[in-house]
Amino acid sequence: MSLIAIDALRKSYGSNEVLKGIDLKIEKGEVIALIGKSGSGKSTLLRCINGLETINEGAITVGGQQLVNDELHLRNLRQKVGMIFQQFNLFPHKTAGQNVMLAQQVVKKKPKAEAEAMARRMMERVGLADKFDSYPDQLSGGQQQRVAIARALAMEPTALLCDEVTSALDPELVAEVLQVVRDLAKEGMTLVMVTHEMAFARDVCSRLVFMHQGRIHEVGRPEEVFANPKTPELRSFIGMAH
Amino acid sequence: MSYHFNFDWVATYWPVFLSGIWMTIQLILVGGICGIALGIFCAWARTQGPRWLGWIVAIYVELIRNTPFLIQLFFIFFGLPAIGVHMNEVAAAMLAMVINLGAYSAEIIRAGIEATPKGQFEAGASLAMSPIQTFRHVVLVPALQKIWPALASQVVIVMLGSSVVSQIAVQDLTYAANFTQSRTFRAFEAYFASTLIYLGLAIVLRFALLRFGDMIFATRRRATR
Amino acid sequence: MTQFTLSAIVMALIHATGWTVVLSLVSFAGGGLLGLVLLFARIGKSRWLQILVKGYTELFQGTPLLMQLFLAFFGLGLFGIDVAPWVAATVALILWTAAFLAEIWRGCVTAIPKGQWEASASLGMTYFEQMRHVVLPQALKISIPPTVGFSVQVVKGTALTSIIGFVEVTKAGTILANATFQPFTVYGLVALIYFCLCFPLSYSAKVLERKMNVAHRH
Repeated sequence: MSLIAIDALRKSYGSNEVLKGIDLKIEKGEVIALIGKSGSGKSTLLRCINGLETINEGAITVGGQQLVNDELHLRNLRQKVGMIFQQFNLFPHKTAGQNVMLAQQVVKKKPKAEAEAMARRMMERVGLADKFDSYPDQLSGGQQQRVAIARALAMEPTALLCDEVTSALDPELVAEVLQVVRDLAKEGMTLVMVTHEMAFARDVCSRLVFMHQGRIHEVGRPEEVFANPKTPELRSFIGMAH
Repeated sequence: MSYHFNFDWVATYWPVFLSGIWMTIQLILVGGICGIALGIFCAWARTQGPRWLGWIVAIYVELIRNTPFLIQLFFIFFGLPAIGVHMNEVAAAMLAMVINLGAYSAEIIRAGIEATPKGQFEAGASLAMSPIQTFRHVVLVPALQKIWPALASQVVIVMLGSSVVSQIAVQDLTYAANFTQSRTFRAFEAYFASTLIYLGLAIVLRFALLRFGDMIFATRRRATR
Repeated sequence: MTQFTLSAIVMALIHATGWTVVLSLVSFAGGGLLGLVLLFARIGKSRWLQILVKGYTELFQGTPLLMQLFLAFFGLGLFGIDVAPWVAATVALILWTAAFLAEIWRGCVTAIPKGQWEASASLGMTYFEQMRHVVLPQALKISIPPTVGFSVQVVKGTALTSIIGFVEVTKAGTILANATFQPFTVYGLVALIYFCLCFPLSYSAKVLERKMNVAHRH
């Protein structure tokens, strides 16, 4: 059974339909990149999987459980699926370490010592062990994003959703974040990411999903997709990206 | 112990209310227009004017913002005659409102001016405009546009605050309520009615000011496009 | 005619200022508590509670405080309660303060960026947990300057209670002005007293706000 199964998903804002029937199955351990022009619906799709957007039609199943839009179900879902945002969204009133500890204590009801031990391990994992007591505004964008990744990892999710995690970063900070994501992929974490880093996507991903105007246009292994795009839309998109 | 509401007095006393409403409207018209004008002048003085004038304005603004309107009113109406400055109650009320709104709007408008990008001043100067010309033609209108909603709220606050001018016998809406209740002993009904009228006035005034702002600033926008 | 020395006037006014201070403190504390209740109703999930509180704030912000004082004074009388001026004054000022504080605080809650809600939601927090651990602590911090700033309005608002007969510094001023025939001096002194009460508050509000703007680098 697939880890994440999306079935005939439709989503609109008012009269504007942004997802027009999406079917996608994601297996455990897969690394998937959603690519496409802005406005193609890829970010919305990602946000639907985390329940940040309510869907109009269709179904999303995660780990065999259908996504239902009530607080209890969402809470369960979100403990299994973590999310990293373009704007990091760290809690500015908490130190990096506290950012990583908070949800463990509040949501998982872990004792403080245990949460802290886990937080220190995760900060180590993203290479920021020495920034445990720094506040977000004392960190660079790249460091903030790595804390955000540590924060999601501390919840021990089975999958991570990454929404353009390097788009808000200065160019020289992109590499450090991508390295962390690359390591996660290597360790077998299931990743679904929206990204504009085509070289990175080609390197790391097991499958590419090309979206266009709210539909999935092409799916395939990166080398196939890049080497021979079947549709003119993808051809022109790849042309633009290079 | 049940109380029976009685609004029979309305039949007799509605003209008192009507003239009270008219007085309140006159007060806020004069207070609003002159108060904002004074506020613009003070905002200019604090941001662009000579240093000494800026200090005087700063003291004026702090004095007004940190004392109750009622005391300002009493000082003008009861206090000033002692040093030879006499005026009737309506003039005193209007003066108090102008001075009060002037101080608050000065601060609001100043915030709008300070939010104006420095490049605007420089652009004006580079076109050989004098500082006053730059202020009047380049800076003021966008600044006013930015803070217009806040200014509109302040005018409404001053209108509601004007209800205390009845204390120096200005025959405004509150005076009408006082008058009616002293004749009919229907205090609650009289104040209830005038409260609702104030609420209506506040809503209409706010709406009118915002529409007015849309109108003048929208034409400016179109003209510059 | 009795001779009033300046120091006698000042002493009498300072004595009455005590009541201005007490009424201000009680109104602010009571209004703060009620305002907190209103705030939670306003930002909570119940639709009709939201509408109710919105109506409440519009009503109290859209009508003169003086009318609210009159209505409290004469309105409570309708229930057969013989209302002392201080009771009506306290009740009206608390209700009025609560409306303004609730609205100020709501502004602070809505000022918290959407990303904070989304990030905490994606970590599995419930609405209550998001409020408790993420949103309210941040809102609390930014609410301090405007809250201190509003306390000035409360102090000034207490002046109106003189009109329904509560003897605080404004009322004492009126009485003294009539008795001494020195309205210029007396009202000048009353204004000075209010200034001494209010200026430290409005000044610290300004300083706090400036500090906050410096602290928020992003």
